[in-house]
Amino acid sequence: MKIAVCLKAVPETDTRIRIAADGRSIDPTDVKFIMSPYDEFALEAALLTKEAKGGEVVVFGLGGDEVPTVLRDGLARGAERAVHISSAGIATHDPMIVGTVLAAALKEYGPDITFFGKHGVGGDNQAVPSMVAEHLGVPQATVVTKIEVNDRAVRCEREIEGGLEVVSTTLPCVIAAQKGMNEPRYPKLPAIMQAKKKPFATKTAADLGLSAAQVGDAAATMTITELRLPPARQAGRRIEGDVNEQVNGLLSALQNEAKVL
Amino acid sequence: MSNGVLVFAEQRDGHFKKAGLEALSEGRRLADKTGGSLHAVVIGSNVQGLAAEAGHYGADVVHVADNAALAKYSTDGYAKILTDVVRDVQPAVVVASATAMGKDLAPRVAARLGVGFASDVTETSVDGGAFTVVRPMYAGKAFAKVAFNRAPAVATLRPNVFAAAAPDAGRTAEVKAVGGVVVDGLAAKVTDILAAAGGKIELTEADIIVSGGRGIKGPENYPLIQGLADALGGAAGASRAVVDAGWVDHSYQVGQTGKTVSPSLYIACGISGAIQHLAGMSSSKFIVAINKDPDAPIFKVADYGIIGDLFEVVPRLTEQAKALKAKA
Ligand SMILES: Cc1cc2nc3c(=O)[nH]c(=O)nc-3n(C[C@H](O)[C@H](O)[C@H](O)COP(=O)(O)OP(=O)(O)OC[C@H]3O[C@@H](n4cnc5c(N)ncnc54)[C@H](O)[C@@H]3O)c2cc1C
Ligand SMILES: Nc1ncnc2c1ncn2[C@@H]1O[C@H](COP(=O)(O)O)[C@@H](O)[C@H]1O
Repeated sequence: MKIAVCLKAVPETDTRIRIAADGRSIDPTDVKFIMSPYDEFALEAALLTKEAKGGEVVVFGLGGDEVPTVLRDGLARGAERAVHISSAGIATHDPMIVGTVLAAALKEYGPDITFFGKHGVGGDNQAVPSMVAEHLGVPQATVVTKIEVNDRAVRCEREIEGGLEVVSTTLPCVIAAQKGMNEPRYPKLPAIMQAKKKPFATKTAADLGLSAAQVGDAAATMTITELRLPPARQAGRRIEGDVNEQVNGLLSALQNEAKVL
Repeated sequence: MSNGVLVFAEQRDGHFKKAGLEALSEGRRLADKTGGSLHAVVIGSNVQGLAAEAGHYGADVVHVADNAALAKYSTDGYAKILTDVVRDVQPAVVVASATAMGKDLAPRVAARLGVGFASDVTETSVDGGAFTVVRPMYAGKAFAKVAFNRAPAVATLRPNVFAAAAPDAGRTAEVKAVGGVVVDGLAAKVTDILAAAGGKIELTEADIIVSGGRGIKGPENYPLIQGLADALGGAAGASRAVVDAGWVDHSYQVGQTGKTVSPSLYIACGISGAIQHLAGMSSSKFIVAINKDPDAPIFKVADYGIIGDLFEVVPRLTEQAKALKAKA
């Protein structure tokens, strides 16, 4: 079975966001990048599928210099090879363009199943898996907490408000992983060393047959015109006294000041 | 924006979701700003009756796709219908809700149309005729203003942020049946729905949330949190520490790698206030922190803080909240 995983390199979740001089993006100074947390579940699901069904896992990442470390982490955990698509000349702020580029790279490989994270932490779009599925013309299941593959039949459970939907579909398909789908493994030192010898390809948009008119800034379907920090929340009032006074004080504040009860 | 606004009005089991009514209401406000009509799309089985209700919430035209095979959600079935109606109406703006269904459907439709998409929008505006939105990034640590370069703009609206209007029972809408619905051979079908136990209120839809952190000490104490949530008519949540310890299921987790919530009232009990937790809840209207450590970072964002032992404060609060409800 040919299995693909798309891995996004994102700022560490405890990053204090600062706005860059252009007023439209984050200041990357001192920002550390990690594999997007949900992509760890996607990668684990891919490795488990390979272990059960045979085949290979190829990891794909679109972006700049922050990407190779994340892809090598994927190799160390058990993927066979990695494809880094350089973001030079690609409008990566637009999930539509990211979807177009990843779909082009995936088409070259022709996977039976492609795993994504539910959402890329930071961009928080929760869009790329659906968009890639559309470009590949295959069915999708998103926010998946459980998957079973039997021959070509795929059964997933996806999280909805107040429950789970059971989605029945077939290969090839796109799956977006939610936390709880599995317990991601961590790479062992020998595997980290071996990963350095695994095949690692770097491609440009042109290598994928995509022109600037298709994926450059002029092709972007949306533009971030401004990025700002939220107004800082002010520390409010401490409610003093013994437990009874605190509880009564709180309830009265919620009723009379905040008017939320 | 002459062709107006189109809203995918989400229903399940023959009832509009609260988020669906919010989307209709916001769609109406947008249509008023731009001068165009408000089109609603309702998809499901036995949903004819919802057309009138969509009218009450402001739709001028309701496109109804009613078919037994659409009783449960399917990405391709719903995407095909929604795309067909959008191509027919050619609206300037397409809006859905940022729910499990809307988040699955809207980006697929945007990709099929080849247009711009913004998810989880918290503000909309019409600037000089152009539709723009604001959406959180980095789990609310930053807000991006987004402009669209092609029509229609597709956006999902975060639940609980846009006010649902009061319905006007005197308002009527034109109803159009969506013809030629192809629902054979769907590539992916929902074959079953496994409901979570006991009709609990969904976190992202709740107006009041009570969350417990590691301070609750063990799973045997989680009922304290659930009890206060029940007494206030809200939903119970948790920090990741509680989820990772296996005390509650992941669906309870609030934060950067859990749910982002914007209730009117968020009560954090025994939660320190790590940046990843704050990311998920700091857009709440009012925050209450109950923590025994006066230096806990949660107090920096709390409107009301109680320094104390949650094992004393929470039971007392639950008791008093119940008494309050009983009086009301
Ligand atoms: C990649 C990544 C993603 C993450 N995503 C999330 C996320 O989505 N959501 C999230 O919540 N966290 C997330 N975290 C974890 C986060 O960094 C914190 O570890 C976590 O939020 C801590 O949970 P806590 O506040 O319950 O526990 P602690 O930090 O241990 O705090 C417990 C608090 O309880 C108080 N306390 C103890 N006993 C009592 C008592 N009897 N009465 C009153 N107060 C008491 C203590 O004073 C303390 O402040 C993430 C971390 C990483 C690395
Ligand atoms: N630049 C990228 N490179 C590789 N995968 C990506 C990229 N952007 C998004 N993805 C994948 O799409 C998922 C959802 O991302 P998003 O739609 O941006 O929230 C991520 O978890 C990744 O699996």
